[in-house]
Amino acid sequence: MNTQSNPMPESRDSQINDSQGIAPASMSATRPFYWSVRRELWENRSIYIAPLAIAGAMLLGFLFVLFHLPHTMRTFSSLHPAQQRDALAEPYDFAAGLVMGAAFLVSIFYSLECLYGERRDRSILFWKSMPVSDLTTVLAKVSIPLLVLPVLAFVITMATQFIMLLLSSVVLLASGLSVAPLWTQLQLHQTLLILLYHLVTAHMLWYAPFYAWMLLVSAWARRAPFLWAIVPPLAIGVFEKVAFHSTYFVDLLTDRFSGGSDAMDSMTGNFPFHPGMHLDPGAFLTAPGLWFGLIVAAALLAAAARLRRYQGPI
Amino acid sequence: MTVIEARGLRKTFGATVALDGIDLHIEEGRILGLIGPNGAGKTTALNAILGLTPYQGELRVLGRDPWTERDQLMRDVCFIADVAVLPRWIRVSQALEYVAGVHPRFDRAKAEGFLAKTNIRLGNKVRELSKGMVAQLHLALVMAIDARLLVLDEPTLGLDILYRKQFYDSLLNDYFDRTRTIVVTTHQVEEIQNVLTDVMFINRGRIVLNCSMEEVESRYLEVMVHPEQLTAARALKPIYERQSIGRSILLFDLKSDLKLDRVDRHQLAALGEVRTPGIADLFVAVLENKPGNQAAQPQGAVR
Repeated sequence: MNTQSNPMPESRDSQINDSQGIAPASMSATRPFYWSVRRELWENRSIYIAPLAIAGAMLLGFLFVLFHLPHTMRTFSSLHPAQQRDALAEPYDFAAGLVMGAAFLVSIFYSLECLYGERRDRSILFWKSMPVSDLTTVLAKVSIPLLVLPVLAFVITMATQFIMLLLSSVVLLASGLSVAPLWTQLQLHQTLLILLYHLVTAHMLWYAPFYAWMLLVSAWARRAPFLWAIVPPLAIGVFEKVAFHSTYFVDLLTDRFSGGSDAMDSMTGNFPFHPGMHLDPGAFLTAPGLWFGLIVAAALLAAAARLRRYQGPI
Repeated sequence: MTVIEARGLRKTFGATVALDGIDLHIEEGRILGLIGPNGAGKTTALNAILGLTPYQGELRVLGRDPWTERDQLMRDVCFIADVAVLPRWIRVSQALEYVAGVHPRFDRAKAEGFLAKTNIRLGNKVRELSKGMVAQLHLALVMAIDARLLVLDEPTLGLDILYRKQFYDSLLNDYFDRTRTIVVTTHQVEEIQNVLTDVMFINRGRIVLNCSMEEVESRYLEVMVHPEQLTAARALKPIYERQSIGRSILLFDLKSDLKLDRVDRHQLAALGEVRTPGIADLFVAVLENKPGNQAAQPQGAVR
């Protein structure tokens, strides 16, 4: 639209045409979503800085492991075959666990902050002046813990482990040792696949109601969203225990959070990962708990989107 | 074409009535000043228009229900709700990118053109900018959007006079044309009175006066009365009287139906110096004259 600088009569015509032309400058529905996610990454740089920093620290620490590596490899054949992999894989598993843990922590803090922070710093008035619906905003925000962080955790873990493997190989070759045992024992491609499976099943799908709950609290609380997220479930648990001497509610939450059972381990591939781990995607997809959780998550997110419509600066 | 149409617009917060069933009819191409004391209901009215708050009564903005269709409405409506709502962490370049990404009617080159006239650089973060520069940035973003309605709620609060003047100058010169509509609230009434085409006084959730600036000029007169003429002037029933530098200033409503014999300009000119009252003085006069209820709506609506 460049009609502003034109002389009056012409600009008026084109303006009127424009306003009547029912051409609300079409834009694909995914664009506001895409830019809403971009904006979250601009604002919350800890989303990628935290897992990267952990991975960096891990690599620094690994330099000391490298120092001992030639010695480990020389005594390698004296180990029991079952211990061989453990001796080598430990730092790799550790790296995966750390990065995943960092991403999980960031997810929690992000989810509790995102819809609360925009009200506290009044910027919600700016976001609401843009043609982006509350639902798009909430979906963009929940996609950070549900999609962006698991993917980031996977990519960063993969890169970290690859660098570790590369450094190890260089050290071994420099010491005149064979790299073959290292590469055959680690089977990184397998553990990485399990990691990916675990991230998708546990972190994305199984934990979805947790994130949705935290987003709802963050859309609702006027202060201390962290407390509001924890205290009410705790209160319900205590009430149930005292009043009915039962722990159904607490069990429900702990089961959901920890996975816990052996059945759960094979459904979501719990940490630490082993190359030969038994995984059962069929059992996971047919578990009623999965679908129940997803329905709860959808309801909580819808409530959060609706709540945001009523909310202004605090 | 009607931009805003409201009937019986009402909003309460608990026992407090913020909007007491007001009617609005705002046509395209007007610049309406919404004037009222703190807590009069201005911001509540604007929030209802922008879809930021639920309300009772009928309200249509550009034919849409703002409460249920805010996101679609925002393609054609822009607002600056306050001086400091731009997120402090955002970079100027990111703000441009974001708006260009989500807003189908945003012209990025135009926004950059506006910014080039300021000291704001694309690499700056909002938190590094002064309050006045943040307002400039927000205005640049908004003016580059080809919207049909622009709502400004105290857009220059806390800015120094240079920035305030610049703000309204660029709004008038670079933005406004007769197809756009602007609704603005501010406490610095005198600064915008030359900008407005229409004025609406609002008090305690009700509209007290609602007319065009031409009507204000033809209807209200302020006379700085010669001391010896004071008794004669008072006999003509001014709606308000105040003192200024030892002189009495009387404000007359030429169309008031309270008067039996109509006062005319010539009559008043004989009593002292005659001029059109400032909006601020008129506001005080109208408000003190009609305390609270009994809303006077001479023309019913803004033309």
